[in-house]
Amino acid sequence: MPTYVRTDKCDGCKGADKTACMYICPHDLMKLDMDGSETGHAMKSFNQEPEQCWECYSCVKICPQQAIEVRHYADVVPLGGSVQPIRGTDSIIWSIKFRNGTLKRFKFPIRTTPEGSIDPYGGKPEADMAKIKDTGFFVQHNGYRSGDPSELICK
Amino acid sequence: MAEFGNPDVVQEECDVLMIGGGMANCGAAYEIGPWAEKAEAELGRPMNIKLVDKAALPRSGAVAQGLSAINTYIGAEQDPADYARMVSNDLMGITRDDLAYDLGRHVDESVHLFEEWGLPIWKMDENGERFDGAQGMASLADGGKPVRSGKWQIMINGESYKWIVAEAAQKALGAENIRERVFMVKLINDKNDKSRVAGAIGFSVREHVIYVYKAKAILLAAGGCVNIFRPRSVGEGTGRAWYPVWNAGSTYSMAAEAGAELTLMENRFVPTRFKDGYGPVGAWFLLFKAKATNAFGEGYMVKNKHMLDDYPPYGQAAVPASCLRNHLMLKEMKDGLGPIWMDTVTALADLREVLTPREVKHLEAEAWEDFLDMCVGQCGIWVGENIEPEKKNSELMPTEPYLLGSHSGCCGIWCSGPDDIGAPTDETEAGVPDHLPSGWNWGYRGMTTINGLFTAGDGVGAAGHKFSSGSHAEGRMAAKSMVQYVLDNKDWTPELDTDVDDLVMEILKPVMTYMEHKDYSTAIDVNPNYITPKMLQFRLQKIMDEYVAGVATYYTTNAEMMRVAGEKIDMLKEDAEKMRAKDLHEWLRAWENYHRILTAEAHLKHIEFRQESRYPGFYYRADKNFVDEENWKCFVNSIYDKESGKWTCFKRAHKDLVDKSKLFK
Repeated sequence: MPTYVRTDKCDGCKGADKTACMYICPHDLMKLDMDGSETGHAMKSFNQEPEQCWECYSCVKICPQQAIEVRHYADVVPLGGSVQPIRGTDSIIWSIKFRNGTLKRFKFPIRTTPEGSIDPYGGKPEADMAKIKDTGFFVQHNGYRSGDPSELICK
Repeated sequence: MAEFGNPDVVQEECDVLMIGGGMANCGAAYEIGPWAEKAEAELGRPMNIKLVDKAALPRSGAVAQGLSAINTYIGAEQDPADYARMVSNDLMGITRDDLAYDLGRHVDESVHLFEEWGLPIWKMDENGERFDGAQGMASLADGGKPVRSGKWQIMINGESYKWIVAEAAQKALGAENIRERVFMVKLINDKNDKSRVAGAIGFSVREHVIYVYKAKAILLAAGGCVNIFRPRSVGEGTGRAWYPVWNAGSTYSMAAEAGAELTLMENRFVPTRFKDGYGPVGAWFLLFKAKATNAFGEGYMVKNKHMLDDYPPYGQAAVPASCLRNHLMLKEMKDGLGPIWMDTVTALADLREVLTPREVKHLEAEAWEDFLDMCVGQCGIWVGENIEPEKKNSELMPTEPYLLGSHSGCCGIWCSGPDDIGAPTDETEAGVPDHLPSGWNWGYRGMTTINGLFTAGDGVGAAGHKFSSGSHAEGRMAAKSMVQYVLDNKDWTPELDTDVDDLVMEILKPVMTYMEHKDYSTAIDVNPNYITPKMLQFRLQKIMDEYVAGVATYYTTNAEMMRVAGEKIDMLKEDAEKMRAKDLHEWLRAWENYHRILTAEAHLKHIEFRQESRYPGFYYRADKNFVDEENWKCFVNSIYDKESGKWTCFKRAHKDLVDKSKLFK
């Protein structure tokens, strides 16, 4: 299901030399065609290796102009369906259109804390170097399962 | 930007280098900070820690799309021993109980942190009704009840799982210590001790810069290996792999080249998933209680149950191993009784009878969310083929083979484990090379047999079923080990065993090959002087598919086919020296392929060495189509000699550290 970029929506991330989709693609697929020599569309992005696209939707979700969509793998999937997200800060909305025209929409939570709000060590203890060789982590969060010692038959 | 073929070279030194930015290294990046801060006193200076990711942290690795479940959460009512038993059962008895038990003790700590950081986790109320993770119900750490799809799995609203975990890691380590878009491709051993690592080299895929790091401790956690076999979809569909397409076997090949001992590289995973889209089946089987049938509605797990009797004791386990479930299904396919169907229609109809009205309304959303949170491509199949699961069933299909250490496949690197579980401290098999450690622990949990080289997640072999949460926990454990290691070696300075100029030339070779020969032909891709990474990958995939138990042969091979494969791979390795790289992107692809080739070769050598078919349903040696408990209930491990290009395989003894008879009630 490779991604494609809408020529009427992409603005090349307003002239930066690196676009949001280029930043995020885990497989280095999105590329900004600065002078138009690769696609005929200057200062717009494209997927330079669509057959390597995992359809992770990272680029679709991050594009500030909602300019990226997905046309499912042409050699596998019949034409006409679309699955398109709008990702907010705490939830995501999926708009779904079947080839036969059936429409669905789903909204799911994605995060219970504000974006950027994680305070990784806030309220957490310091590490105790005396315990570095022990099991467990620097912080215990009610998740360590010490286990029934009688289960260890070779100890 | 520097002229192509003439990169800038940046040299850096650090105490700890983390290669990879997936779940494992995000765990390490989080855990290491407080320990490193305390270590300053002994070190006399701050500890210098760097993380390098070939992509961008928020979406890199296998959890890019998100996940709909966390598949390893022990919970307060289950014992790490039960978990270690389950792992062993699913992997036909050959696992490292010590590593699995240790993982089971630790993993829930990471899950509780994920929830604190913002990951919504489904909950169940006192009436057994399901709620999504944003309803403000008690957290797991405070005793909230998860929605278990199976004994070990809990459902989540996980679209932003990696995003959230990466944010914590980034803030913990500091953005200035994280380098994105740099692909590390080779480890460098120490000049004075070849059993020790001293650094690594890689290159940016955004600017023409080569990075050479010196480091005391390296955590190599760069995922598993995808696309060494010809996939079932071959056009644009090539991209629709089950595990992420960007996992190139870097973890295994870099470790092997550095001299680290690998384990169970024969243990590929062949998941049975929704056909073509490769959507997950866990929720359908476990939560929605769907059944899989052949084309005629027959449940093959019942129909072919007698086939399990061929594999005592594993066939008699309460839950048959994943490979055995494939084995029973493959019979239907080979007998021409496919397609294999997941009966979603009946499952949803049955659920409508027993759920509350609120839950029924929610059910459709749950079914779609299962895919949308982690495999949107499967929804692509559904919308293109007009499949609504309550009206139309979906096909199941076993995929092409994958290599990874975190799942129902546990290939990887042989690692030091905990010393308080009763693990062996000696070796009873005769063939282990002298320079390798005996026993299952040699000082630092998560360290490989190369000093200073650590791994976590897909890299730790013989400890499958850790999934995302377990990978994070293993990264955290490795972080502690690395701090210890750096302190224990504070007076030692790494020295690279190769000149930087020579390393640079080696890395740059595909670029130079292109520059030298590109004008020989009018068609840039058809030139006898070089091979494109894309074509070389197709060639590797063809060899593996046709000779090393790919889908082409229904996962079947034999000694003669493997001998032929070995010859073809030898020639492929020679031709790989002529891979071209016409730009930074293709240079990335070229080096990913070097990693793939070595991983594929390890896989071949291990299957050849193991004189049985330990994993029926994942692969069959037609010439040894049985499980030989007497002679082969052991690890198959290996060492690679990068000078000669040769592999040496050997057995290591297996031992149960928990009572496995409890699996066979």
